[in-house]
Amino acid sequence: MMREMTGAEMVMQALIDQGVEHMFGYPGGAVLPIYDAMFHQNQVKHILVRHEQGAVHMAEGYARSSGKVGVVLVTSGPGATNAVTGLTDALLDSIPLVCITGQVPTHLIGSDAFQECDTVGITRPCTKHNYLVRDINDLARVMHEAFYVAQNGRPGPVVVDIPKDVQFAKGMYVGPENIQHRTYQPRLKGDPEKIKTAVEMLAKARRPILYTGGGVINSGPEASRLLREFARLSGYPVTSTLMGLGAFPASDRQWLGMLGMHGTYEANMAMHDCDVMVCIGARFDDRITGRLDAFSPDSKKIHIDIDPSSINKNVKVDLPIIGDVKHVLEDMLTVWRGMKAEPDRRALAGWWSQIDKWRARKSLAFTTSDRIIKPQQAVKALYDQVKDKDVYITTEVGQHQMWAAQHFHFEQPNRWMTSGGLGTMGYGLPAAIGVQVAHPDSLVIDIAGEASIQMCLQEMSTALQFDLPVKIFVLNNEYMGMVRQWQDLLHGGRYSHSYSESLPDFVKLAEAYGGVGIRCSNPADLDGAIHEMINVNRPVLFDCLVDKTENVLPMIPSGKPHNEMIMPDHPEALDDAIDEEGKMLV
Amino acid sequence: MPPVIEPAERHTLSMLVDNEPGVLARIVGLFSGRGYNIDSLTVSEVSHASHLSRITVVTTGAPPIIEQIKSQLDRLVPVHRVVDLTVVGKAVERELALIKVRGKGELRQEALLIADSFRARTVDTTLESFVFEITGKPEKIDQFVSLLEPLGLVEVSRTGVAAIGRGAEGM
Repeated sequence: MMREMTGAEMVMQALIDQGVEHMFGYPGGAVLPIYDAMFHQNQVKHILVRHEQGAVHMAEGYARSSGKVGVVLVTSGPGATNAVTGLTDALLDSIPLVCITGQVPTHLIGSDAFQECDTVGITRPCTKHNYLVRDINDLARVMHEAFYVAQNGRPGPVVVDIPKDVQFAKGMYVGPENIQHRTYQPRLKGDPEKIKTAVEMLAKARRPILYTGGGVINSGPEASRLLREFARLSGYPVTSTLMGLGAFPASDRQWLGMLGMHGTYEANMAMHDCDVMVCIGARFDDRITGRLDAFSPDSKKIHIDIDPSSINKNVKVDLPIIGDVKHVLEDMLTVWRGMKAEPDRRALAGWWSQIDKWRARKSLAFTTSDRIIKPQQAVKALYDQVKDKDVYITTEVGQHQMWAAQHFHFEQPNRWMTSGGLGTMGYGLPAAIGVQVAHPDSLVIDIAGEASIQMCLQEMSTALQFDLPVKIFVLNNEYMGMVRQWQDLLHGGRYSHSYSESLPDFVKLAEAYGGVGIRCSNPADLDGAIHEMINVNRPVLFDCLVDKTENVLPMIPSGKPHNEMIMPDHPEALDDAIDEEGKMLV
Repeated sequence: MPPVIEPAERHTLSMLVDNEPGVLARIVGLFSGRGYNIDSLTVSEVSHASHLSRITVVTTGAPPIIEQIKSQLDRLVPVHRVVDLTVVGKAVERELALIKVRGKGELRQEALLIADSFRARTVDTTLESFVFEITGKPEKIDQFVSLLEPLGLVEVSRTGVAAIGRGAEGM
């Protein structure tokens, strides 16, 4: 399709042709022509945010829960710089976004014009790719390319910076058909020889483990299905990173729970003692490995990843397979069936009985009280009431995030949205709003902390404006709890600036926005209050007052290997768990 | 078990990239952002028709770091190809330098003699100075410069290494 139109019209046409239904944005001088072009159509719905960081997190929640590309529109200068945190978050968690930024007209670039900043310069290290479109004749192609780059290969955010004069200029629009990228052609199929070797290694394994991550979710629901099929066929245990929760059902007997710093004892011990590990769409992050030179010392490691730069970055692997998880798992299943692979049932039974012993340690146990709500108990109570509903969970970052990961259990992919790589406080509420836009009839809950929630709380107003009945479940312990926990660990309990002083009255605050506020401090009232929250069809801010001293356990202290976890039945071991070297780590 | 620290190696990487604004910043930013070394860098357009530039980077690092650098470069969207000329085989590596010396009498004589033995060309002459042009391997230039040091060395301008693989095949 070739048609003459203005740059602003091209932007809208390209979004329509890319199948975009929703975008998140905030107007300003340098994007006014695009907002005007938006005014003349009603195919793409625009969600007006209150801060550009919120727009990007909303697009992330939208993308992660729907599998589509999230779209953001912001103005030049502060609009672009406010988006930077969200873009970095999306880069680290591999979320496909297209972020359109306005720019001052081309003849003013470099003159320190009003609301000018070097957007492509600032966003170069925090995007998968970015473009400054100086010529109207490049605009349509760049728009389509941006969508291609964002969602192909390892997904990520792409910025398209468009000067205002280019938005007004007229040129020929080309559709997305026949746009082929010259250089970026990621490899999807794994090397057949390596897949065959991997299957042979796995079939011979005596103590195997499947270590899965966000790449399984990013590869699409089919990848999760194939993972389940492979697990069922082999009978092997499955664990996952924070980003991969939901790819494998938590109710399954083969599920060991999350691994890593606050993962379960059985998952970490199995990682440490396994003889063959297959890492599927994960990246041996420092939250996962603990002390690198003591990480799973006796195992052969297979690594499936679409991004070659993830291979051997932190941990040297024995067999790298470059490819998309879905394709590689599909081929592995074919080879497994083709060679009629039969795992060593006796060895496997021994392995499972060892795992069951670790499981019996009940590493997620906590003691409840009838006077005060334990944060874990609050998450569990929430889970018990909503587990059979069509529910999506987002989180902020901190202790509540870990308790949510430990005590809320997921059966399906794309149901769990959290900031894993960057650890962005303020992510959860806007992400929940984005999820609710994609799934208007579902129950969407942001499990939050009283400190994190204040970082993007202004988006309550967005939720109200667009009738998005998100639920914010605040575990209020009056501390930046994870900071306080680490001050306990490393700094003699000197709580330097980690107390949440001068907290607002969250109930009144919710009401001030036009939402519903609920407060609960008595364990006996918890179930009733949660029931009330999930049955209101409006945004709710739930202030759940919890134990102020609770720490997240179990824990691999920084600088320690997987088999030196601090367990909830011996929390006093936390006091001198970290040596001088470990203190340097975060 | 203490981590095995592998000794650093010097590698010459050659890249074909789209000649578009910002591509050099992307590559240089990758090196600085991830803490890799750049010993030398050259860049120039090599095909006007297909908008291609060739970038040669000399870097040092332990073998796993070199591998990481290559895959990080390779995943940049405007990068067409990355070739490690050090691994592929002995590549031709050349650098050009312009060197200014100032002096009179014997020192001036000595500078000319040394320049002659290094096959450097004199490209500018005044009564009290020379500018020499020399092409060769970086080590040869290092040596030339160090010999000129006591003879009134004023300043040096070097291009950085340009490199190409030997034999009939292109990258």
